[in-house]
Amino acid sequence: MLQSKFIETVVGIFIAIGLAALLMLSMKVSNLSSLTSEDGYVIKARFLNIGGLKVRSPVKMAGVVIGRVSNIYIDEKSYDAVAELTIDEDFNNIPGDTSANIYTAGLLGEQYISLAPGGEETYLKEGDEIKITSDAVVLEQIIGQFLYSKAEGNSEGDL
Amino acid sequence: MVKLGQLSRIPLEVLQTLGRYGLDFFERLGRGHVFMIYVLMGFKDVLQRWQLVVIQIFSVGVLSFVIIVISGLFVGMVLGLQGYNTLVDFGAEESLGVLVALSLVRELGPVVAALLFAGRAGSALTAEIGLMKTTEQLSAMEMMAVDPLHRIVAPRFLAGTISMPLLAAMFSAVGVLGGYFVGVGLLGVDDGAFWSQMQDTVDLRDDIFNGIIKSFVFGIAVTWIAVFEGYDTVPTSEGISRATTRTVVNSSLAVLGLDFILTALMFNK
Repeated sequence: MLQSKFIETVVGIFIAIGLAALLMLSMKVSNLSSLTSEDGYVIKARFLNIGGLKVRSPVKMAGVVIGRVSNIYIDEKSYDAVAELTIDEDFNNIPGDTSANIYTAGLLGEQYISLAPGGEETYLKEGDEIKITSDAVVLEQIIGQFLYSKAEGNSEGDL
Repeated sequence: MVKLGQLSRIPLEVLQTLGRYGLDFFERLGRGHVFMIYVLMGFKDVLQRWQLVVIQIFSVGVLSFVIIVISGLFVGMVLGLQGYNTLVDFGAEESLGVLVALSLVRELGPVVAALLFAGRAGSALTAEIGLMKTTEQLSAMEMMAVDPLHRIVAPRFLAGTISMPLLAAMFSAVGVLGGYFVGVGLLGVDDGAFWSQMQDTVDLRDDIFNGIIKSFVFGIAVTWIAVFEGYDTVPTSEGISRATTRTVVNSSLAVLGLDFILTALMFNK
């Protein structure tokens, strides 16, 4: 009887350690917040170019993550890119004239949407669209423009 | 004409051999599935004798604990070292946590834990059941109207299926700690960046749940192969040794093959 009690206890410890490892993986290693952010409200933002923005990219306001990009698709009429942003329901007082910008975290980092709040009294609701947006900065374009202007300047100097 | 007949007989024999291997293979495959149906039917007996499963979790799971934890620790530490050496060239050593955690949770945790499990527990299961068959203990049980599939095989199968995801989770968790120890402790990666980038990137559902599903599938595959090979042993000492070898080889191959299929299904964006 003692023997089976011992085995039961050890198996209990084993299962407890296994579950603790699972808990550690889900709490410490992963972002549990991604599950809760599912129940938020969805607003849309229209861009000419979204660069490297992906589904699940963070949406930040003043650097704080307040939601995630939940869907990206092309508007079939205007050929704009439309990003659907799922905002945490805690942040339900985003002004109507908020602007959305696509920024890059660091030089090689991932791209995210930054919301800059406006001053309107009405707040964005489910399904609303952000009117003021600015597109992703594509590094190659900037380098191209820079080289082009540089070359132009040089040729003028020669003359 | 006689010559032509002799010539055409050689390819025929080759084809015949091929056909025999094919038939043998499918016969074994079919027997394995019928066997599994009987084992699953034995689960209702197992639920009344939960004690049997607990004892088996001890011998299958708890006794694999040490090898799993030590291997996980070293795999994590090696990942930390190798990842750091590669990432530091790009000035991205802060992403070390992401690299270690994602490779462990998605791939290495389930796969390496399953391979170790096949070597440590699967071979033991096969040898145990094979010896029971060779010494006619299984036949003796049948004589006493006790179904060995319900009494011997079903608890072992259930224990293996329960233990595998737990072991894989321990492997991944200890591996992350090992990567943390090497990355932050020895190589001086920033503590906060290590965890925060990891938490930012690793997703509970996409990465961790899929990893658990993987290890669950591997647990079923490895334990199934182990108990079937044991039950299907040729009852000689050579037969046991062959069955044990086959368990380790087949279940390792099954784990790697299934891993490819599961990865293709889970992570194709």
